[in-house]
Amino acid sequence: MTRVDAYETMGREDLEQVQVERLQATLHRACQNVAFYRERFEALGIDIEKVRSLADLAELPFTTKDDLRASYPYGMFAVPLKDIVRIHSTSGTTGKPVVVGYTANDISVWATLVARVLRAAEVTEHDLVQIAFNYNLSSAGLGFHYGAERIGSSVVPSSGETVGRQVLVMRDYKTTALVGTPSYALHIASYLREQRIHPDELRLRVGLFGAESWSEATREEIERGLHIKAYDNYGLTELMGPGVSFECKERSGLHVNEDNFILEVIDRSTLRPLPPGEEGELVFTTISKQGFPLIRYRTGDVSAVMEGACPCGRTLSRMRRVSGRVDDMIIVDGINIFPSQIEEAILKVEGVAPHYRVVVDREGGLDVVEVQAEVSPDFPDLDEAAKVAALRSRLQASLDEALGFRARVAFVEPETIERSDGNKLRRVIDKRPK
Amino acid sequence: MLRARSLEAGYGELKVLKGVSLHVSPGEIVAIIGANGAGKSTLLCAIAGLVRPSAGSVALRGEEIAGLRPERILAKGCSLVPEGRKLFAPMTVRENLELGGYAVRRRLGRKASEADLESVYGLFPVLEGRQGQLAGTLSGGEQQMLAIGRSLMARPDLMLLDEPSMGLAPLVIKGIFAAISSLSSRGKTILVVEQNAKAILRIASRGYVMETGSLVLEGTGEELLANRDVQRAYLGKEYSSIDEDRGQS
Repeated sequence: MTRVDAYETMGREDLEQVQVERLQATLHRACQNVAFYRERFEALGIDIEKVRSLADLAELPFTTKDDLRASYPYGMFAVPLKDIVRIHSTSGTTGKPVVVGYTANDISVWATLVARVLRAAEVTEHDLVQIAFNYNLSSAGLGFHYGAERIGSSVVPSSGETVGRQVLVMRDYKTTALVGTPSYALHIASYLREQRIHPDELRLRVGLFGAESWSEATREEIERGLHIKAYDNYGLTELMGPGVSFECKERSGLHVNEDNFILEVIDRSTLRPLPPGEEGELVFTTISKQGFPLIRYRTGDVSAVMEGACPCGRTLSRMRRVSGRVDDMIIVDGINIFPSQIEEAILKVEGVAPHYRVVVDREGGLDVVEVQAEVSPDFPDLDEAAKVAALRSRLQASLDEALGFRARVAFVEPETIERSDGNKLRRVIDKRPK
Repeated sequence: MLRARSLEAGYGELKVLKGVSLHVSPGEIVAIIGANGAGKSTLLCAIAGLVRPSAGSVALRGEEIAGLRPERILAKGCSLVPEGRKLFAPMTVRENLELGGYAVRRRLGRKASEADLESVYGLFPVLEGRQGQLAGTLSGGEQQMLAIGRSLMARPDLMLLDEPSMGLAPLVIKGIFAAISSLSSRGKTILVVEQNAKAILRIASRGYVMETGSLVLEGTGEELLANRDVQRAYLGKEYSSIDEDRGQS
């Protein structure tokens, strides 16, 4: 097995002890230094000294994205700005950005955790890691950067370059590990195809992708297109950035860095914690962060804690791959759909490009979902109307099966759907009146 | 080795420990730092059984010891070196040491006890030279060595040290900390409460910061030494001097 930290294979009882200790310390620091927590706990009559076990956590209130926005920019910091050595912020795709501060210790812990993510994907000091994530404001690029440096890999920060330059660097610098969004990996793969560059002309061996939810079908597509092994990882800037959970070589769920984060999965209607195996919203509590501690933060991401031990030997629990975000979830006639389901259905149909957009609208009081896709440039019969029509009905059938209701299918001109530029893509356009 | 969970204790109405959770793994030196009156000594006394915990648990090698009498806890391998040494001043060095071994002497026999005595003298050669001298006439540093030696005679696996450097001259303190390190390399597990935060964090595997009855921070010795709050509160650094450090590095 690759090198692991002691915390990754610690007995569950010992790990729980560490979690309780750090949780109690975090609660004290948060109450002492963050007015938001002190006032909220006081208002609710919560005595943090009564938190004696992990189960007691469920009695504390949640922190939401709205709480963080209301404290914009620095209201949730638990140390003076003077002790903050780094500031990242969320992309603000769904509103005002959230500003997150890191102490020197937070940065060091972060590097340790991302190093775990990379090592689990068998990245070593012999690898050349190309980081295609954006570095500006966002936590993803620098998070991976420090993690990769921590394990001694050679790091190439390539964000902001065109896909052509990315591939040039990849080929000439002999990149072995690619880090970025899955949609950007697809973009690189299709560029290689267009330029008739065979993936084996590259030294690329492994890819670590995150910041978006992506399906198993996308994984296969990326692995086929780039001839690599693709690993999922999970994190969000509010909690730290990358380094919250990660796949090991089993690629069967993501191990949560539980010595630094306590994960709960809650039922979205009752708001009570759910047992392992049941899907709900992920709620995290940071237990080692000093600059920006978060207690029971509702991530909006949907997944479940997995049961059973992982054959890799890590004792850190696993969460299933995130199936989507609560705010990406489209509710059509009472049915919940995640874009990832649509993506999966599209990728099953050969001849359709892996780029898509979903437009939801209301017509005559009824919700209408239109899935816009592109015919793949590899599709040989683009000019034959009958063959394109047949392709459309294959896509229609695939979507019908995946969604359980009828979505409209529209082919748009090739290259008109927005491609990833390393940032998160928003693929759902909801035009329905609120 | 030791695992305390949400431990509460106090004196009468006064609650001093407000739910303290900590652990010490085998072979570790774990330091507890904090201001006067934070509850550090009470924590050690509660673990050693000298103060009865009002809530929470203390497990030694997985076995619950909270609420046991101090001699039972000592017999299970956890000994306390109390603050201010608490030696038997009118008795000789050797007698003090032999008393420390009293609890295990019957079980292990005289031979083992002699060997333990030799091993203490090995650790603190100065005590051997003074074995006939009355404990009350020793210097402060020698008294501290004797207190540690007496505690060692009970063959503990876990040693609780309460302010070992208190009232000692800087040079003597150095010797005491060196002794603590060598105890650790002899396989003893150590939980130490100490005012001299900088020195103890340098030799500690991990540490906790205690404030008014609660632990508010945990980390490796290195992490805590670099922590700004710790620097300001316990290492005597002001903002200006932290900035100077920054400029130099």
